[in-house]
Amino acid sequence: MSDVQLTGISKSFGSQAAIKAMTMDIPDGSFVVLLGPTGAGKTTTLRLIAGLETPDAGDIAINGRSILHDSPAERNVAMVFQQYSLYPHLTVRENLAFPLRSPMLRTPEAEIASKVAQVAEVLRIPHKLDNKATHLSGGEMQRVSIGRALVRTPSLFLMDEPLSSLDAKLRADLRIELKRIQSDLGATFLYVTHDQIEAMTMATHVGVLDAGHLVQFGTPREIYENPANLYVAGRLGLPRINALPAGLFAGAPVGAKTIGLRPEHIMQGDGKPAQVVRVEHLGDQTRLHLLLDGHDVTTLTDPHSALHPGDTIAIQPRAALYFDASGTRIA
Amino acid sequence: MAQIIIKGLRKEFGAFTAVQSSSFTIEDGEFFMLLGPSGCGKTTTLRMIAGLELPSAGEIWIDGEEVAQKPASQRDIAFVFQMFALYPHMNVRKNISYPLISQGMPKAQVTAKVAEVAKILGITDILDRPVGGLSGGDRQRVALGRAIVRDPKAFMMDEPLGALDAEFREHMSLELRALHDRMGATTVYVTHDQLEAMQMGDKIVVMNHGVIEQFGRPQDIYDKPATMFVAEFIGSPCMNLMRFDGRVAPGATAVTVANVPLTIPRQHDGLSGPMAFGVRPEHIQLTTDGAFRAEVRATEYLGTTQIVTLKTAQGEVKARTGSEHRISAGDSVGLGFDARTVTLFDATSGHALRSDLNAGVLQNV
Repeated sequence: MSDVQLTGISKSFGSQAAIKAMTMDIPDGSFVVLLGPTGAGKTTTLRLIAGLETPDAGDIAINGRSILHDSPAERNVAMVFQQYSLYPHLTVRENLAFPLRSPMLRTPEAEIASKVAQVAEVLRIPHKLDNKATHLSGGEMQRVSIGRALVRTPSLFLMDEPLSSLDAKLRADLRIELKRIQSDLGATFLYVTHDQIEAMTMATHVGVLDAGHLVQFGTPREIYENPANLYVAGRLGLPRINALPAGLFAGAPVGAKTIGLRPEHIMQGDGKPAQVVRVEHLGDQTRLHLLLDGHDVTTLTDPHSALHPGDTIAIQPRAALYFDASGTRIA
Repeated sequence: MAQIIIKGLRKEFGAFTAVQSSSFTIEDGEFFMLLGPSGCGKTTTLRMIAGLELPSAGEIWIDGEEVAQKPASQRDIAFVFQMFALYPHMNVRKNISYPLISQGMPKAQVTAKVAEVAKILGITDILDRPVGGLSGGDRQRVALGRAIVRDPKAFMMDEPLGALDAEFREHMSLELRALHDRMGATTVYVTHDQLEAMQMGDKIVVMNHGVIEQFGRPQDIYDKPATMFVAEFIGSPCMNLMRFDGRVAPGATAVTVANVPLTIPRQHDGLSGPMAFGVRPEHIQLTTDGAFRAEVRATEYLGTTQIVTLKTAQGEVKARTGSEHRISAGDSVGLGFDARTVTLFDATSGHALRSDLNAGVLQNV
């Protein structure tokens, strides 16, 4: 398979800069997830690599060779979109075989048959091969469209929110499935999502994008435990990290403007008094919404907590993160 | 404001029964959730309470008055839909005041009322803006304003946050709940999102195929599911249901699954035959030894916790553990179950067997 290097890639649409001098190494066999809100440049990055857009500056290389002058077909990348686009009049088998029947490839029929059978096995849909594509559930259709990417053994898989149109249960199943497929094949995946659960659970590396900048690139654990700035800290973690004035608690380092406290890093018992505003029993955990010196703070507590709105508890930070006025992490 | 009592409510569309004889009580001032998958009858139930559908049988009492066969206009209820329907040619003020003007309220009173509602919702500064240019959140606030301006006896909300993206939804759900806490109006809220129901509701009715599966406080429903459907519908990941053929007698404190005796809450019911051993992911401990064996198939990192997917003789099981434990696919582990939290189910009927854990809650079903 392949590694991919982006070097100083920029792309603007009119006066709108979509990607700003992005440099990123996607190692061979990695599952890289690009995470960011709408408009951060995630999909543009995929389209630049696929050859659907041309960068204004910079270079893209696969296995050390620049592919900027290759046509999309020559780049040998496969793209899976959010909306599965299957041929409704064809069976699952014919849909899967379709990319191999491209006149450019000239794949022998016997090879097509064995390849389709193999991919159907990986996707656990061999019993559906003779169904019409329209006679499938949403999850099966998305698996077929992933299968259409798999049959070609491309050098790189590009996936643009492939799970976002599926319901929660199916998404959870397919997360594990996709991860398994990727590691079984040893394939390189570049996957775009705004869903932090997908990013945390599937990625070997997460790239966090902010308005066209790649602001941090690392393992999910690094991004969660060691965020480079306040923006990154806010992208992972549910409930979201509490960003409070640094002076609220003693011990802030010089230059700190903001203290970042993950809900699980707030200790109860000692410290400053905070008023309980709302208690949410979510089953496995209970969320406390607190008011501390006029600031909203969210923390977690025991599922069977007896706290009620109006109660006062004392809280103090543990393992706090500190950020300066520009949002950069300083401690 | 009002208490709402539902007695034997039923709705048929031709040969199809959308809602089977349902009974429950919504207390005055409660934030009440109707939860279930699509087609379970939750929206039909809401529409019957509001008077948009007439029931085939049963009673609906609002504030001490039986209204089941009365038209919506005589019930004094406000409805908020998923798609906030605003009048596009009117500004915010006119949209909010419309229900009052159509009631014939004097102008000075309308002005005062609109100002009050705008203040509650924090939209005073946009009152003279056209609704066309508003953000999704402001549009939703205007729609809410139109509902609360009438001071109805109760609010009916049909997935009002369903069309919003995840981040904004989280924010609006807090705002909506805070608004409810300030106003104290009885609210009936339909959703298919179990987390939203747990997060916002004082009480939840879980429905499936037109039948009420369970009715109670969120934490009780989570800890003490009455049926296998509820066990699997609530929680993410949901409760593990390990199916086995076994036997328990009344008074038993252990059950044998895959030749391993497992401790359980003292049972009140006896059963012999197909059963399910129900345990939540966070109540499973992974150990090196331990008689109940499993193989790790996948781990999913979630920050402080991780979800571990395990293969057992009883099928796939998911556990939630601290992410400081380093576990990899392929590891062989033993499973321990927090005995106090286990629910046994009759796998044929799907109903929970009563025990010291759940008897108090299941009596009310």
